[in-house]
Amino acid sequence: MTRKHLLSSADLSRDEVDSILDTAASMHDVQRREVKKLPTLRGRTVINLFFEDSTRTRSSFEIAGKWMSADTINITGKGSSTSKGESLRDTVMTICAMSVDALVIRHSASGACHQVAQWVDASVINAGDGTHEHPTQALLDAYTLRQRLGSLEGRHIVIVGDLAHSRVFRSNVITLGRLGARVTVVAPPTLMPSGIGDWAARDGFATSWDLDQTLYAASPADRPDAVMMLRVQRERMSGGFFPTEREYTAGYGLTRERLARLYAATPDLPILHPGPMNRGLEISAEAADATSSAILDQVSAGVAVRMAVLYHLLAGETEAAA
Amino acid sequence: MVASDQTPSPTPPGARVVMSSGDVSRALRRVAHEILERNKGPADLVLLGIPSRGVPLAHRLASVIAEVEGVAVPVGSLDVTMHRDDLRRQPTRTVTPTKIPPSGVDGKIVVLVDDVLYSGRTIRAALEALTELGRPRAVRLAVLVDRGHRELPIRADHVGKNLPTSSSERVHVVLAENDGGDDEVRISGGDR
Repeated sequence: MTRKHLLSSADLSRDEVDSILDTAASMHDVQRREVKKLPTLRGRTVINLFFEDSTRTRSSFEIAGKWMSADTINITGKGSSTSKGESLRDTVMTICAMSVDALVIRHSASGACHQVAQWVDASVINAGDGTHEHPTQALLDAYTLRQRLGSLEGRHIVIVGDLAHSRVFRSNVITLGRLGARVTVVAPPTLMPSGIGDWAARDGFATSWDLDQTLYAASPADRPDAVMMLRVQRERMSGGFFPTEREYTAGYGLTRERLARLYAATPDLPILHPGPMNRGLEISAEAADATSSAILDQVSAGVAVRMAVLYHLLAGETEAAA
Repeated sequence: MVASDQTPSPTPPGARVVMSSGDVSRALRRVAHEILERNKGPADLVLLGIPSRGVPLAHRLASVIAEVEGVAVPVGSLDVTMHRDDLRRQPTRTVTPTKIPPSGVDGKIVVLVDDVLYSGRTIRAALEALTELGRPRAVRLAVLVDRGHRELPIRADHVGKNLPTSSSERVHVVLAENDGGDDEVRISGGDR
């Protein structure tokens, strides 16, 4: 398996997803050791190029690179020449002129990573592009779910929230689908992406406007095996998607009452959120801090999964060596 | 016994068998006795197999030791992939799990177990991987076959069979656990 870029979850076959998750499990063991250092990527340079804010993704890519002995450098949009008006192309060409091996890119424009991959020789890893995709998040969500549930074959995963602006959801339906999970996505009609019907038919997931009907399905087989709440992305909204925040919470938030009713049926139901959370809006503090919450497990898995991704893209033979 | 759908792999044309199933089992019994003799008993021993075929060999050595001494020696597996020096020369290798017995390796006599000792590079990687897991009192090496052609100053403490080969030949170790069928060691290729 030799792959150069990771731009979309759709790039990865079932076998590749399995292989990355298995490698991540080994990397997770490394994370628990006193000495967290592997020599695997010694001499390789990984640049984290983040044009959008990030805590988890950027720091976990940096830690992942460092634990595998790669030299990792962070460049953010705000502190770079981008703020002086340099174009994306000029910025990445400048960085690549310093002979880097991989670029981890987050950008507000959907498709930015695909574009960059056509310009440069380095490996490009999509760390979130606009409202398009966030493949490593989907991998770490799949990893966390697999830790909790075992095989995802036939498991029912419910994803709730701001689907219109969510790259996490777009990558997750693909990756979870690859692993054989049944996915239902829930959002108010205003936060459903347009044309989701065709897309749901193609990728094999279900859609719903009614959270309660989905969570408390009459047939036990249709009840969720895990619930993933998505952040309401206020920074991407120009208003008018829902009347008030209280109304959103009442219809689509994982409130204390909804949590109690879910726990009555499934006491260990995994609750996921890619973070950062708007506590009190899409998720209540009770749900975020619940005993079955997997939210910090997701963060911990983030480093292991990103080590696995760097390994799969960078450790194998290069064209120059072949 | 459940009927296996794995049929014993017949020896491919051009290959010759150098160890039969009986040879393999006798060699392993001797190696197990050597390990015990050298260590003056089973105290503090930890057997770490190097995937893939080192792992079943380590388990077989442990079962011989259990039979002889009545003591269950801890067995684990040590994946060396991340420490290899040839990663960039071939497509991405699959990573296998490392399982260290709960008693750990600190202060223990660790015996690394592999099927074939050739260049010595796998063992170099294993020594490096082991360093990160702790500080054994001593590390020894047991292999089923030593085929020569070392590229590093590494030697095995316990060898099932010394097998002089040409570097253009290939040595295949077939084990029931990994490959189905009967155990066998065979050589193929080479100049004819």
